[in-house]
Amino acid sequence: MTDKNIRIEDLVNRDYQYGFKTELEPGTTVQGLSEDTIRFISAHKKEPKFMLDFRLKAYRQWLKMKEPRWAHLQYAPIDYQNIIYYAEPKAAAKKLKSLDEVDPELLRTFEKLGIPLTEQKKLAGVAVDAIFDSVSVATTFKEKLREAGVIFCSFSEAVQEHPEIVEKYLSSVVPATDNFFAALNSAVFTDGSFVYVPRDTRCPMELSSYFRINTENSGQFERTLIVVEENSHVSYLEGCTAPKFDTHQLHAAVVELVALDHAEIKYSTVQNWYAGDPATGKGGIYNFVTKRGKCAGRRSKISWTQVETGSAITWKYPSCILSGDDSVGEFYSVALTTGKQQADTGTKMIHIGKNTRSTIVSKGISAGQASNNYRGLVQVSKGAEGARNFTQCDSLLIGPNCGAHTFPYIDLQNASSQVEHEATTSRVSEDQLFYFQQRGISKEDAMSSIINGFCKQVFRELPGEFAVEATQLLGLKLEGTVG
Amino acid sequence: MNRMLEIRGLKARIAGNDILKGVDLTIRAGETHALMGPNGSGKSTLAKVISGDPSVEITAGEVNFEGHNLLEMEPEARALAGIFLAFQYPVEIPGVNNAAFLRMAYNAQRKARGQEPADPMEFDEILKLKREAVEVSAEFLDRAVNHGFSGGEKKRNEVLQMAVLEPKLALLDETDSGLDVDALRSVARGVNRLKTPSNARLVVTHYQRLLDYIVPDFVHILADGRVLRSGDKTLALEVEKRGYDWLGA
Repeated sequence: MTDKNIRIEDLVNRDYQYGFKTELEPGTTVQGLSEDTIRFISAHKKEPKFMLDFRLKAYRQWLKMKEPRWAHLQYAPIDYQNIIYYAEPKAAAKKLKSLDEVDPELLRTFEKLGIPLTEQKKLAGVAVDAIFDSVSVATTFKEKLREAGVIFCSFSEAVQEHPEIVEKYLSSVVPATDNFFAALNSAVFTDGSFVYVPRDTRCPMELSSYFRINTENSGQFERTLIVVEENSHVSYLEGCTAPKFDTHQLHAAVVELVALDHAEIKYSTVQNWYAGDPATGKGGIYNFVTKRGKCAGRRSKISWTQVETGSAITWKYPSCILSGDDSVGEFYSVALTTGKQQADTGTKMIHIGKNTRSTIVSKGISAGQASNNYRGLVQVSKGAEGARNFTQCDSLLIGPNCGAHTFPYIDLQNASSQVEHEATTSRVSEDQLFYFQQRGISKEDAMSSIINGFCKQVFRELPGEFAVEATQLLGLKLEGTVG
Repeated sequence: MNRMLEIRGLKARIAGNDILKGVDLTIRAGETHALMGPNGSGKSTLAKVISGDPSVEITAGEVNFEGHNLLEMEPEARALAGIFLAFQYPVEIPGVNNAAFLRMAYNAQRKARGQEPADPMEFDEILKLKREAVEVSAEFLDRAVNHGFSGGEKKRNEVLQMAVLEPKLALLDETDSGLDVDALRSVARGVNRLKTPSNARLVVTHYQRLLDYIVPDFVHILADGRVLRSGDKTLALEVEKRGYDWLGA
């Protein structure tokens, strides 16, 4: 049996191809956490007073909070004084007038990651905000978007240029003290993306943010806010990678979405942070993020699609607060864990408005010695007359040493609601792979065919070209050299 | 005529137990061979050895297929060389569409021959003809590979795959098990329609009844890991009447 298992294992450990580090002249870095750190970040970003007040209030609350331990995850305590809270390479410090002024080394880095930013090469039909450590390097297609009335810029820029929108919506969905990591983020966040779509506007192109952590020991505290006004629509995608380091890096993000009447937000994530060494578990990103959307308006819709393949640990529950009557929340997730990776991920669907509907489709794939957990809450409040939820939770195991768990919580306070939950667990067997081989199909192709079959319900929710990217990404993670 | 498959002095074990203890067998193009024998005699193991099932450990002997040493080839290379195993227990593959699976297998073959892959439209045409030849309904194609299929449907699906891949040597491992008489006839008709002077079949079965429909040129009785006796189709009838005991099995 052992021999056979090794053969299957060979298929799931391929080298991380984004593990390179960009050598740049170090610029400003701030290590350790204190009010001084926060004051520095705020001053360095020339923030208005309301922002500093917000940060300090969050920090003082955070000091009283305890790191959550309820997730099915194991890791050594994090030393918050050892983290670099602000890392700005010298090359990115200057305020730039155009993309042509961006340091070529930074442009090369993003190009290597498949995200060309320059005028000649930039991706057609997709506007990109590229974030390197604590700063946004560049945002493409800004002008074209502005013609349509859409604001797409870095969060720091939004604080400068559109403080009234930021002040109105910041922490309106995720309160600063929502949880330990959200409070930490609220105190020290550095950059992220900002999207504002005015009423009656369909955003003319896909928006995308690309996050790259480069500096060792640095944390990335990303803050993203997306506000979509009445009758408007936006589709946003984020991608993430980091170099290989032996130490863990913390990524503690907060993402807030607000959809007003008849508005629709489609938020997709392809997460490929460095996962740590597959054999020893050394290094890798701790991905502890809070993502939540508020369907504030009638008939509004928020759809989360996530493909989580990286990180040493993922702690993430993109959620929907369905306040508006007839609003719709969706969560489509593929979480792949291999080696020593751990994931505790899922969603919360909070039904408040009448006739609100939610759909949850979660696909967990676990290989190696990894642990993959789905945790979800479906809550129907008293006034949520006619609320409906459908949840489907499937786990696929590859090899004998991995684990999968589901923790569904259902809280119903309205008798007229309908909630369905389906769950399956299956295993990729040596017999299945041999069956493919006997028909002339290689083990690698067999594995990706099985995995893609398992995930297709989720992949088809991704914007076109990214569905292909996600398929390839899972392929890369799972197809190794056959022993 | 050319020897297609040649097995000499084959010994093999599964999970540490000796199953095959010195098997010799020669199959030529155009021939149909039946392999019979009591439970545990090693019939299915022989089919596994030829197809390259990793659960079998070869301890001695050689297996040649059209001049190639089969034992050195990966299972998929054997398949691409023209060996097809109709599984005794076809494996369920949830999520993978049957038509897509067939096209993947078909195109793997074309690629190995240096041909362009067939696109879905082109393959649809091919599939329609094959499907009709082996009496399989179109509804089969939209389902996941063997997933939720009845025993009989799985066996028919194997024959459909065989029709699409047109193997040189087809190994039918207890294709009759779990079939009622109508399904058995239909599956046998499918297999017979695929017969040409340049391909061959090795039919593994417990019972004579399948051989009423797929008529063998040679019958081999396997007992305790060895070929105890070989003969023509009358040997199968003899076994049917008198059991395996009279052979000393």
